[in-house]
Amino acid sequence: MSSTIVRPRRVAGAFAATAAAALLLTGCVSNEPRESEDDAATGPVAVTENDEPGDEVVIGFSAPAADHGWMGAITAAARAEAEKYEDVTLQVAEGTNDVNVQISQIEGFIDQGVDAIVLLPFDGAALTDVALEAMEAGIPVINVDREFTSPFAARSTVLGDNYGMGVSAGTYICEQLGDNPDAVVAEIAGIDSLPLTQDRSQGFEDALDDCGLDVDARVAAEFTVESGEEQTANLLSAEPEIDAIWNHDDDQGIGVLAAIENAGRDEFFLVGGAGSKNMMDLIQSGDSVVQATVIYPSTQAADGVKLARLVAQNKTVSDLASIGVPRQVQLYAPVVTADNVEEFLPIGFDS
Amino acid sequence: MSQRSALMGPALRMGGLVLALVLLVVVGVATGGERFWSTGNLITVLSLAAVTGVVSIGMTFVITSGGIDLSVGAVVGLASVWASTLATQYAAQDYGWWVIVVTALAVGLVAGLVNGALVAYGKVPAFIATLAMLAAARGLAEIIAGRRTQVIRDVEPFFDVFQSRPLGVPTIVWIFVVVAAAGWFLLNRTTFGRRTVAVGGNPEASRLAGIKIKRHTLYLYGIAGLTAGIGAVILLARTTAGSSTHGTLLELDAIAAVVVGGTLLAGGRGTITGTVLGVLIFSTLTNVFVLNNLDSSVQAIAKGAIIVVAVLLQQWFAAREKVTST
Repeated sequence: MSSTIVRPRRVAGAFAATAAAALLLTGCVSNEPRESEDDAATGPVAVTENDEPGDEVVIGFSAPAADHGWMGAITAAARAEAEKYEDVTLQVAEGTNDVNVQISQIEGFIDQGVDAIVLLPFDGAALTDVALEAMEAGIPVINVDREFTSPFAARSTVLGDNYGMGVSAGTYICEQLGDNPDAVVAEIAGIDSLPLTQDRSQGFEDALDDCGLDVDARVAAEFTVESGEEQTANLLSAEPEIDAIWNHDDDQGIGVLAAIENAGRDEFFLVGGAGSKNMMDLIQSGDSVVQATVIYPSTQAADGVKLARLVAQNKTVSDLASIGVPRQVQLYAPVVTADNVEEFLPIGFDS
Repeated sequence: MSQRSALMGPALRMGGLVLALVLLVVVGVATGGERFWSTGNLITVLSLAAVTGVVSIGMTFVITSGGIDLSVGAVVGLASVWASTLATQYAAQDYGWWVIVVTALAVGLVAGLVNGALVAYGKVPAFIATLAMLAAARGLAEIIAGRRTQVIRDVEPFFDVFQSRPLGVPTIVWIFVVVAAAGWFLLNRTTFGRRTVAVGGNPEASRLAGIKIKRHTLYLYGIAGLTAGIGAVILLARTTAGSSTHGTLLELDAIAAVVVGGTLLAGGRGTITGTVLGVLIFSTLTNVFVLNNLDSSVQAIAKGAIIVVAVLLQQWFAAREKVTST
């Protein structure tokens, strides 16, 4: 065996020099676009007499860390909603996935004596106690998305509909494939251990069952681009002929689409989930396999802010006959297709 | 006799791995038939193995020398994010697609060298130094990306290069093959490789034999960082996007593949061939499970069982070698 074929010092030196040069080249890690784009998310606005300025209210807002597109949109939409009202001051606590920190944020709001609290808890059970404390201190709490374990902990609760997402996706696929009972339907779920994933899958299964279809192949990704790509690559390999795919989450959808593109497949149509701007653009352009996506509203915390304002100002929801803000609002999971995408684009979030 | 068993030992160990892989393939063919044994599916398995594979090659060097690198997954995430910021993308549009590649490799290499410097010169235990890098690199990636997914747009040549299929095999699989071959050569046929084994086997004796252990350690972590950078490039090509979630828990997959392959976690013995087989076993396992539409939780159990069986076999062979050679 000959020795010293590779001279480590010289090689490493060369690498280090290249590395330094490269980092200088792209020296800044900026993500500023060359031309600034203005894409503030503003949804369809219904103006009612409730929107007339009322008593000045301070609303405390706390949500988990914006570690994916949907959660980022949650806080952004809540801020944007509060901006529309001159009588609302929204105090936004720094997003956190640490329940301890989130509890202390709510304690802070109680000490400060805000007029209402909008809370999307990282873990509903863990935040129930402090929410009860706020309610007992006379501060109405609006619970968003992840439910508390006690009905006394919130004045009102705004929920998405995970089961309904599955139903909407399944019903849409049924409409498209209904006359073909042998059609192959695949599902790309999110993290399987989460109740929300189980609810979505259950709804999907039930809706397909209604028209005589079933889930022929199912994989579970982890809501990340990487896992979406990996699971989809295997799925496509396992099923040479697919008619329709439902992907639970548009954030992981970027990876799902990359895998579909890499495999060069287009014999099926894809239905997304959550409703990212990216997917809506693809639906609108019509030149990809993405044909629809099911909304899981990223505007639900914005709804929370609106309800908190009404509760704090002793107003009532204008389009209901009954008096008082409802105890619970469960939002609809509509299907976005090329026909109605225009309407939903403003609430599409950047993943 | 002793010499013969010393030669037989590694061959037997490899034999066990090949047997395991063959068994998986048989199960795949039996349950999936044509669907498993198609060119398309085999390429899927190899493409899936590429990221973990490349990173595991770097990991093999570090573990052979008695170290550990827990930061590779986070470094893959950081490199993928840094190489796909808008600033990098604009530079790539202006100067060429290679800017993305060089940026990812550079970020990986620098992170690896920082690890190496901390371990070698700062005398921080490898477990702690790279654990710190794991946390810091992931955090920095989140800050740079603002926790958004950064899709690479308008740098078509990058995808033309990395999504092409020379001779019918995807470029990213070729990259895995080249990195594995280079790693095999470096570990088995160079002074650098022999020194790596020596440092892992007996650091004190190596020092007395004149090996500059500190500098050597620095290079080893540099290699692990560089392979993480290569892994980031592959992931960028496969997913078309950079994200701070890229490479999550990849370090554990890499360590598992290396250890299952027969490299001693305590150092002093390393095998690139074994690592490649280890990576292929895990990616084939995933593929066979998806092919049969089985629960991913059961797959996790199977993965755990394979790791335990492999390590038990290793210990059994090691004990036998000792008995027969003394």
